[in-house]
Amino acid sequence: MHELAVTQSILDIALRHATQASAKKITSINIVIGEFASIVDDSVQFYWDLLADDTIAKGAQLCFERIAGEMTCTNCQHAFHPKDIDFACPNCGSQFVQITKGDEFRVDSIDVE
Amino acid sequence: MTIRVPIVENILNANDHLAEQNRGRIDSAGVFSINIMASPGAGKTSLIEQTLPRLKDKLRVAVVDGDIATSIDADRAANAGAQAAIQVNTGGDCHLDAVMLRGALEQLDLTQFDLLIVENVGNLVCPASFKLGTHKSILIASIPEGDDKPYKYPGMYRGVDALVINKIDLLPYVPFKMDYFKHGVEVLNPGVLTFPLSAKTGEGMDAWVDWLIGQVKAM
Repeated sequence: MHELAVTQSILDIALRHATQASAKKITSINIVIGEFASIVDDSVQFYWDLLADDTIAKGAQLCFERIAGEMTCTNCQHAFHPKDIDFACPNCGSQFVQITKGDEFRVDSIDVE
Repeated sequence: MTIRVPIVENILNANDHLAEQNRGRIDSAGVFSINIMASPGAGKTSLIEQTLPRLKDKLRVAVVDGDIATSIDADRAANAGAQAAIQVNTGGDCHLDAVMLRGALEQLDLTQFDLLIVENVGNLVCPASFKLGTHKSILIASIPEGDDKPYKYPGMYRGVDALVINKIDLLPYVPFKMDYFKHGVEVLNPGVLTFPLSAKTGEGMDAWVDWLIGQVKAM
């Protein structure tokens, strides 16, 4: 997995915006991650403690908002959470479905002092 | 006092930005470029090995090979006729990223080539997240991997521009429900261009090679 690179990116983004806001300390970072974005929260936290050590983000709390995956049937518009290994619509059985949620992978905001 | 600073920035923004720079560099040299991704053993290097002789005297090809260690793949590409073959060892990273490709591009005089083939690290998860700046992303699925892979690795199947289904010569010998596989693909990536082929027997290779040549000519 690539949590190290991801954690470094999160830190870079947070520090850049904190500097722009003339902040002295970053207290929390609010991250939005969809189910289809493959990231392990605990690993990000582990790398964070190492990478953020000498920065104003040291000790900041990482808050992960997880967005569940969602598929929507293009036939009956029913929205559902995909089962493990079957993408058919549970309502009408249609095979024509689209992914409508779960790709999120962003830093939404930071809390600073 | 605590203040909330709104950001809303994609976490891999920095990589995406570098990928755009790579694209600019590739575009300005008039080269068509592909990023080949697949699980280990799907036949990335074999496909490249079988593609290169078919492009001989038609296209000048550079290959960039990403791997955790060794130069085996770049050596195979060079032996198969690549005019340049550069090995990028990621030193443990599970994917190539835009920085690594930039380093490889710096070693190439791109104006001397028509086609740039980037072979990513064998992995069905991470490479999908890291744009490189190439024009098209190609996924190689192979029959022995099983027909459930689109369902298990949706991120990879969603993001690609073309799908090669390799090792079709093994269809009679392994359980692989093509309808089930194709349904998963269709949901994730409707209408994606598909090339069923066997790099071993050569079946289906012509359609793949003709497509590559057509893409280069359209540049």
